Amino acid sequence: MTLIHEKIQRDKTAKMIARDVSVYYGSKKAIDEVSIDISPDYVTAFIGPSGCGKSTFLRCFNRMNDTIPVAKVEGLIELEGEDIHGNAMDVVQLRARVGMVFQKPNPFPKTIYENIAYGPRIHGLGEKKADLDVIVERSLTRAGLWDEVKDRLEDSGTALSGGQQQRLCIARAIAVDPEVILMDEPASALDPIATAKIEELIDELSGRYAIVIVTHSMQQAARVSQRTAFFHLGKMVEYGPTSDIFTNPIEQRTQDYITGRYG
Amino acid sequence: MTDHTVKAFDEDITRLRGLISEMGGLAEAATHAALDALVRGDEELADQIVAGDKKIDALEMEVDKLAVRIIALRAPLADDLREVIAALKIAGVVERIGDYSKNIAKRVGKIEGRDRFEPLTLLPAMGEVAGEMVHDVLTAYAARDADLAREVISTDAKVDAFYNSIFRNLVSHMVENPATISSAAHLLFVARNLERIGDHATNVAEMVHYAATGTYPPEEDR
Repeated sequence: MTLIHEKIQRDKTAKMIARDVSVYYGSKKAIDEVSIDISPDYVTAFIGPSGCGKSTFLRCFNRMNDTIPVAKVEGLIELEGEDIHGNAMDVVQLRARVGMVFQKPNPFPKTIYENIAYGPRIHGLGEKKADLDVIVERSLTRAGLWDEVKDRLEDSGTALSGGQQQRLCIARAIAVDPEVILMDEPASALDPIATAKIEELIDELSGRYAIVIVTHSMQQAARVSQRTAFFHLGKMVEYGPTSDIFTNPIEQRTQDYITGRYG
Repeated sequence: MTDHTVKAFDEDITRLRGLISEMGGLAEAATHAALDALVRGDEELADQIVAGDKKIDALEMEVDKLAVRIIALRAPLADDLREVIAALKIAGVVERIGDYSKNIAKRVGKIEGRDRFEPLTLLPAMGEVAGEMVHDVLTAYAARDADLAREVISTDAKVDAFYNSIFRNLVSHMVENPATISSAAHLLFVARNLERIGDHATNVAEMVHYAATGTYPPEEDR
């Protein structure tokens, strides 16, 4: 049972909703009946100790758990009112609409240009070079990387610095014009300046995309999100406005975790 | 309350509470001593109180430095954050309480004909209540005790009642015998200072309530 702060209203504009979602790895229940809305109106942060299930839950939103044979997902997840586990849902299409950015930057071993153009091309978003050029420039600009790479688009994506690679991965995710971006500790392998750039980027992208971020850094959750959900032992313990979660949490377990008293 | 995983954090918080409680102890003692000096006309004691206020000022600076250090190094959140912010504000208020006691001490040599004034017996009783408020509110702070904080808030009415009664009494002295105006005016300021100490203790109580619970005390208490 989740303690949901009073200020949180179920809104009709939610881009995705999850209702009573449980995830099993074999017989082990990794996520226990979690419900939440996500929307472009705010950035949602999932926090909690290692093994609490926050990444597992994040991966439900674009069915990344399908790739794990023993994983079983129960409950309802909808994208724009459509059941993502329904027969009509094409999982490849789903992952284009619900993009993901991982902890370690993972650019393709191809040129910077190709890293961005690949997705739109296979999804048929741009067939002519001129169309792809526009998408590449727009995506890199939105990811705050254009000025740094515009003169070296034919260099390998892997030749960039870690922070640049991560922004390249974000640019790659937004190139296919997704509706939701899931970020699994997107800055934990980066230095403070690169981290600040990613956080600034999250702020700029919010509003256009529904963003969910999993982070181990309390300060980062506080800086980038407007709503925070605290997970513990597979349950969503508390969910509320970020400013309230960090100044005045209600549940003792939340309080203990964010003040560094956990365990 | 469970300890922090980082032990040094607990040590910092303990030290912060210790400093606040030391400041409070000094301020409370200064209030009592100032009234004692006033009643007995003990100017030597009064000078000691004035000199002793420097120690309270120094402690306030130490609290400021430690609180800033904790915020910078520990990035406190939730109840920890509220407590550190409260400590910063409380230190400022307790320093002010010390100033009021110092101000009372400075007036000791200015009272003439002390046996004529009935308020001279009322002021120590008033100071007793105000000093008790300061004492209790700092106990409440150290124990994160919101109930005790609310009790302190409700005690302020007693201090206000003392003030009103002393005020009327001194005004009638001044009306009846203009020669007493200078001394009576000084005593009026003494009463006023004690009344302010009660108000400041009340403010601290509200901060303690917030630090402990995350909410301010209900309006009917204030």
